[in-house]
Amino acid sequence: MNDKEKAEQAPVSAEAAPVKKKKTQSPGVLALQKVVNDVYQAARDAKKEGKLVGWSSSKFPCEIAETFDLNVVYPENQAAGIAAHHDDTRLCTIAENEGYDADICSYARINLAYAMGNETTNEGRRMPMPDFVLCCNNICNCMTKWYENIARIHNIPLIMVDIPYSNYPEVDDDFVAYVRGQFDIAIKQLEELTGKKFDEEKFKRVCGYANRTANAWLKVCDYLQYKPSPMSGFDLFNHMADVVTARGKKETAEAFELLASELEENLKTGKSTLPFPEQHRIMMEGIPPWPHLRELFKPLKEHGLNVTAVVYAPAFAFRFNDVEGMARSYAVAPNSVCLEKGVDWRSQLCKDNKVDGALVHYNRACKAWSGYMPEMQRRWQNELGIPVVGYDGDQADSRNFNAAQYETRVQALVEAMEEADRKKESGK
Amino acid sequence: MAIAEKLAEFRKIADNPKTQLEHYKSKGMKAVGVMPYFAPEELVFAAGMFPAGMWGSNTKSISRAKEYCASFYCSLVQLDLEMLLDGTMDGLDAVITPTCCDTLRPNSQNIKVAMKNKMKVIFLAHPQNRFPECGVKYTESCYKKIRAELDEVSGHKTTDEEIQNAIKVYNRSRAARREFVKLAGAHPEAVSAVMRSGVLKASYFMLKDEYADKLEALNAELKALPASDWKGVRIVTSGIICDNPTLLKILDDNKCAIVADDVAQETRSFRCDAPEDDADPIHALAIQFRNQDYDILLYDKFSSQNRRGEYVAKMCKDNHADGLILFMQQFCDPEEMEYPYLKKALDAAGIPHIRLGIDHQMRDFGQAQTAIQAFADVLD
Ligand code: SF4
Repeated sequence: MNDKEKAEQAPVSAEAAPVKKKKTQSPGVLALQKVVNDVYQAARDAKKEGKLVGWSSSKFPCEIAETFDLNVVYPENQAAGIAAHHDDTRLCTIAENEGYDADICSYARINLAYAMGNETTNEGRRMPMPDFVLCCNNICNCMTKWYENIARIHNIPLIMVDIPYSNYPEVDDDFVAYVRGQFDIAIKQLEELTGKKFDEEKFKRVCGYANRTANAWLKVCDYLQYKPSPMSGFDLFNHMADVVTARGKKETAEAFELLASELEENLKTGKSTLPFPEQHRIMMEGIPPWPHLRELFKPLKEHGLNVTAVVYAPAFAFRFNDVEGMARSYAVAPNSVCLEKGVDWRSQLCKDNKVDGALVHYNRACKAWSGYMPEMQRRWQNELGIPVVGYDGDQADSRNFNAAQYETRVQALVEAMEEADRKKESGK
Repeated sequence: MAIAEKLAEFRKIADNPKTQLEHYKSKGMKAVGVMPYFAPEELVFAAGMFPAGMWGSNTKSISRAKEYCASFYCSLVQLDLEMLLDGTMDGLDAVITPTCCDTLRPNSQNIKVAMKNKMKVIFLAHPQNRFPECGVKYTESCYKKIRAELDEVSGHKTTDEEIQNAIKVYNRSRAARREFVKLAGAHPEAVSAVMRSGVLKASYFMLKDEYADKLEALNAELKALPASDWKGVRIVTSGIICDNPTLLKILDDNKCAIVADDVAQETRSFRCDAPEDDADPIHALAIQFRNQDYDILLYDKFSSQNRRGEYVAKMCKDNHADGLILFMQQFCDPEEMEYPYLKKALDAAGIPHIRLGIDHQMRDFGQAQTAIQAFADVLD
């Protein structure tokens, strides 16, 4: 049986971990959840109707596929969902048995196992097999080979937009011309694939929605600046799914706007989505270890820590009105920027969001991300004068996380923040 | 001079990079460290400076680099940083840091920070989509910047002729290495795996014109040898690097001859020449990069096919290899990512292989010894 036939059979061989009963959610949060569920459902429906379905990296310009009315799903988002649903170890192991080493990014391992035809127990995140792939490697080089592997497994076209790493805070015109040139090629490839012409007017409309989504997303993120905050910053980890999978849709913009209005209301009435009183405010650096959200949250709750800063706020604020602007905008992703810019983003965020300390995830899955974290950590400590501690983990391989170590580190952070408070008090 | 003496000379150079660096510095030359992969080293040579290859070290341990790197980074990059931090590379006036993988990428930043007051750090991020016109142009743009930065270091403006000349020298040295690989494969009785590696590795610590002269002389002698009647096993090696003499000696002890290689430090680095007839030498170097192929680090635009795997399998067939040994550099995700499809192609072609995890800091080769011995027995 070849890979493609295997893929179509898609057996499920493990039980889902028991899912805890959900608490009641606000209309804004429900609307955001619906947007993401609809993306997956639409892709499944499209496949049944014989339409093309694509798989896309999270920061490939979704505006292009949206303009072509293509149904696209996002392996990174799916892998996070699979990991949060505790189906990560099973799929990682399948990939490892096929020869993909355990050192490879866990999102990639999960997705490659999936691409080879192994269904997930997370029913809401099931994806139809791809007819084409869209790869933009602005976040890492690993993405390039990961997507080549998918293209080989399914013998399908890969549409590539390469965005080289930047050593300077600003990209120059040559850089933009290169990326722009590739967008033009990508558009042509999609014209051939779909038999449709690229509709400039529609593209502008889609950009309009994407900009509106970006603004609303930033507005939501900015509520974390209030002290105390009307929201738990931990929520942003969930809402990220919307900016990843549905930036260019009107419904996404509307859902974020609805959430923003709820937060505004919270502010007026003194309420918060944080289920405990806010005692300290921290930045949480890096993608969280999705399989361990509960363990991550537990000591935060115990010590009254609200996550008021995550770097995803600026990271997904893509705003532009034309293909040129799109090229400039997509050059800037968390892992594609130089150290100085990475530090700036986070420092500004820590200042604006009044952070007392930072918790850094040394994410084994992501070499591009973790590779300059020790230096970043030193800089925050010096520039912002806040305590910073790190813990080891993995965004989607539960085997690489140790809850006891994490708790000890959080404890150390709390003690350091309390010490800083005492010093401030006595200095007064 | 006899072949054995010539080989020993190369081996000595390969084992003493620091002496080589001091040798060129003592002649008043400036030196530029060149990290992997695909840096246009021709530009360093053209600027009259000594390009020193940086592929880690088999004798050092990672200690200071830990300040910058988590433990799950390959030893090559960590040891390059270590040698920059511990003074081994103090003779350098600059270092070029390409960013082809997710380890090199953030480490370009670590080196920028750590070497700020010591030497110029020249950044390089090649375009992966190197085929279309916009890709070639962007490679040119990167190389022009490097040329300008190297001019700052050397203190003189490199001319197009100087670069054209460097291209010729480099093409010559690449052709000599390709020929040597063939000859070493044809005469394993004269060139052991340890010596073969010494010859190829020495290229990173010599000026390439001197190196090409020396290698052409060796090749001439090897060519004059009578046909070999090698009774041992014929293997192809693959991976990023396998230059540890202790490890290579295990191949020799088990009568495994390397008849060809798909190793980044070796053949992958000299497979592709730059055109010599291009009036614009920067364009010529960009074309050379565009033509690089079958590499685990580079985007393959025919990605739905298994071109690289099949290429390596064919290399084994063409060289009548009995099997392939993959030296898998620990924590090297690009190489790891390509393994399943390499395996598919090898299996389909009926070529046995083993995969050995290696690391520059490995000091105990017991496991490798057992695995290689068993593999050689099976193939024999
Ligand atoms: S390609 Fe592999 S061995 Fe080379 S620097 Fe990157 S991770 Fe290290």
